[in-house]
Parts: sequence; structure tokens; C-alpha cells
Amino acid sequence: MRLQFVLSEIGVGLRRNLTMTFAVIISVALSLALTGGALLANKQVNAMKGYWYDKVQVTIYMCNKADASTTPSCDKGAVTDDQKKSILADLKKLPVVERVYYESAEQAYKRYQEQFKGNPLASTVTPDQMQENYRVKLKDPTKFEIVASAFAGRPGIQTVEDQRKVLQNLFDLLNGMTRVAYVVLAFMLTVAMLLIVNTVRVSAFSRRRETGIMRLVGASSFYIQMPFIAEAAFAGLVGAALACAMLLGGRYFLIDKGLRLQEKIPLVSFIGWDAVVTVLPLVLLIGVLMPALAAFIALRRYLKV
Amino acid sequence: MIRFDSVTKTYPKQNHPALRDVSLEIEKGEFVFLVGSSGSGKSTFLRLILREERTDTGAVHVLGKDLARLSNWKVPHMRRQLGTVFQDFRLLPNKTVAENVAFALEVIGKPRGTIRKTVPEVLDLVGLAGKEDRMPGELSGGEQQRVAIARAFVNRPMLLIADEPTGNLDPQTSVGIMRLLDRINRTGTTVVMATHDQNIVDQMRKRVIELEKGRLVRDQSRGVYGYQH
Repeated sequence: MRLQFVLSEIGVGLRRNLTMTFAVIISVALSLALTGGALLANKQVNAMKGYWYDKVQVTIYMCNKADASTTPSCDKGAVTDDQKKSILADLKKLPVVERVYYESAEQAYKRYQEQFKGNPLASTVTPDQMQENYRVKLKDPTKFEIVASAFAGRPGIQTVEDQRKVLQNLFDLLNGMTRVAYVVLAFMLTVAMLLIVNTVRVSAFSRRRETGIMRLVGASSFYIQMPFIAEAAFAGLVGAALACAMLLGGRYFLIDKGLRLQEKIPLVSFIGWDAVVTVLPLVLLIGVLMPALAAFIALRRYLKV
Repeated sequence: MIRFDSVTKTYPKQNHPALRDVSLEIEKGEFVFLVGSSGSGKSTFLRLILREERTDTGAVHVLGKDLARLSNWKVPHMRRQLGTVFQDFRLLPNKTVAENVAFALEVIGKPRGTIRKTVPEVLDLVGLAGKEDRMPGELSGGEQQRVAIARAFVNRPMLLIADEPTGNLDPQTSVGIMRLLDRINRTGTTVVMATHDQNIVDQMRKRVIELEKGRLVRDQSRGVYGYQH
């Protein structure tokens, strides 16, 4: 098969259908940007949850040396081994507790560094500022108060924290928005598919003379269909490239410049460029395959071979 | 070369079959006229040979192959061994004469060197040497039909199917086209030509197959157009 000949046919086809091609490119770009955005929102939620969020509901932070001056229950300095043992034993006695994880200050430091990688916060924290802690999984996540009342203020314990309280509302919002995005993008993808089917139909109709002659002289059906599929795939690729640009631009303007979210909310670990980049190949792949598939389906109906 | 065994073909939603119980054989190297009034089944006959349609009952063999058993993906290969010419020429208006002929070779993946060599040869054969770079719109009807014949013949097919190739041409020009088809026939290519042109059939004195309402009513060697219709 002669590449140059095929490419020139594709060029002719795309130019002939310029307005439709633009419509395809734009609808593919928007729907894929939305797809990528939803995926990234998901990643953002996961990044903010950190390691423990889905596993436990309550964290009991125990005193370290630095807490002695600030917290009354820590006036004896860092928590002792005996205190730790009795806390653990009492935790296990509570019927509402399902499981207890122990995290040393060292481990807590490592996880913190991981979650806030690239964030200026990470470098300001040192291992001895971290606290040893028990991460508690509850049989009933709403029963936080039972644990809090039993342990708050006990010697050796700095605070008992309800993990969900702070972030749950935000996550609900993000998840809700992601769900809305999925619905919208399902519609957008449908629109894009229908547009492609229609474009291919018009394209096949306007070129029925060529394809008829191709059939007469014995061109294979693959050869006859390929330019149409390649056209759709090419338009899809351009759309996908635009979507990628939108995603990169979106992260840049939301987090780094423009809204400067990273600067304004330094406590949140935002997704990095690496997360955005990992989404791009997927976006490009969908951008090429989906239009090609739509074109193939359209050709089965509208192009006799 | 071509064999019809009791072929019957009815189109969907039609009460009367387009062809009924047609049996005949066309040998290699023959020149055959297919005559009959409009709606007699000539086009269906040709479409069956090209496997644009399939039979209801009976079998069509072309080039030794039973077309009913030919799988869809092999049909293009079968068609490469046939050349086809139509009343309306079917040229691409935005390509030159040479490009139109080359198109037939390009779409079946022939290498560029072969194309560059064979296209001028075949244009010379049909009497269009020197007009390679003209557009079809600049040519007369007879010349356009010569381009179409060049395209049909460039692959050196075993069989040339012509569906009223002189239907749009004046008598003078038609004679020229017939001479060309006769020459192609003399190279060993079988020619099957559907026509309404009485003068041509009477002059050429070739085998004549007549269809009427889908039936084979006459098969005559060295025949004439026959009865007035």
C-alpha cells in the first residue's frame, strides 16, 4: 500500500469536510478534556486522602517531647512504653473497635513526606516533630465519640482526632462533581460519536464515485475504508491533543499560576505534573480509537464494499 | 470463462424475477453481445458476473470460480481479473487522464514503477497518446470512454464487461470504440457487451445473446440484433 497516495486522499477528504471536521475535533477535545479532568479529580481526592483515610476513622496522637509545654496531658514529656501498652489494651477492650494500627514517628514522617512531595511543607517538618500514633478502625464509623471520650485527656495522649470530620464534606463535593462530570461526558461522548458517524456518512456519500470505482477495479474493502477511518482517527487525534493541552493548561492555571491554589492552600497536597502526564496517553488513545471505531461502524452501514 | 447454470434472481419486493432459469456458457476469447429491451435482465446478468448481486438459485461460475462459494474478502481479487466499462464512463473529474488510469493500479497496491510504465502503454493502445495530462472534462465523449477502457484494460484482465459502452456516443464515435474493443478481444480478452445499438451488432457479426423478461430467448453465433423491440 502506498503511503503517500493514502495520505493525500486523507488530506483531500478532511478539507472537503472542513466544518464537520472542526465540529468533530471540538467535540472530541471537550469530551476528552472532561474525561481527563474527572480522572484527575479522582486522583486529587486520593492524593488528599493520604495513606490512612480509607482505612481508619480515628487517630490517637501520642505525646512527643515537644508537646510537653503545649498540652496538659503531655506534661510528663513523651509517651512511655507502659502508657502505650495500656492505651492499646484499653482500645482493644472497646467493642466498637475493629482494628488498631500502630504508626511510629519515623513511619509517620515517611508517609508525610510522600503525601506532600514537592510541597514546601514537606521540608519544614522533621522526624522528631512527628507523633507516634494509633490508627483505629471502627466497626461503626459514626461511633467516634465513644473513642474520643474514653481517651481524650488521658496522660500520654495529645489528641484524639476524627479523621473524617475535616475532609469529608470536601470529598463529598469533589466526588459529586466528578459524578456530574461523568454524566456530562457520557453525553458529550455520545454527541462526538454521532457527529463522527454523520461526518463519515457525508464523506462516504461525497466520495461514492471514487469508492465505486475502487470497488470496480478490485480494491480491497480495507483499502476503501481505511481513508475514512484514518480521517476520523486523525481528527480525533487533533481533538485529543487539544484536550491534553487543556488539561496541562488547567493544572497550570488552577494550581501554579492564575488561581494559585497551591500558594493559597498550602496544607493540601495537590496532584503534581506527573499525575497529569500519566493521564495524557490514555486521553490520546481514547481520542484515536473512539473515532476510528465510530467511523468503522458508520462505514458498515453507509459504504458498500 | 463464464457459466450460468439455471440462474434465477428476484430482487427484494419484486414479483417477477429479473432473471429466470438462465443457462449458458461463454468461452475464453469470445466476443458476446447481450441484447434485450430495458428491464429484460441484461444489467442483472452483468451484475451477477461482477458479483454485485448473488443468485437465488442456480450457480454462476466466472474464471473457473463458483461465485456463490467465493467469500466476501476474496471478491476484490476476483474483480481485479475483470475489466468494466459503463455508459457513463465513471471517470474521476478532478484527476487527469493518466491519473484516472493510474488510480486503478494505485488502489490495488501496484508499485509506482509498474504504474509509470504501464499507464502510457495502455493510453497509447487506446489511442490517447499525448493526452495524458488532460482532464476528463476537456475530452469528447468518445475520448472519455477510451480512458475508461484504458482503465479497465490496464490490468490486462481475462474478461471485459461493457454495459452499453456506446450508449452516450454518436454512431461515428461508437464505431471507433467498437474497433478498440475488437482489438482488445483479439489480444485474447473475453468481451461481454450489453447494448441497444442495432447497427453495431449487425456489423460486428458476433455471438448474440438475447434476454426477454428475464428469460434467455436467443443464443446465436454470428448473430444480428434481430427482431425489432
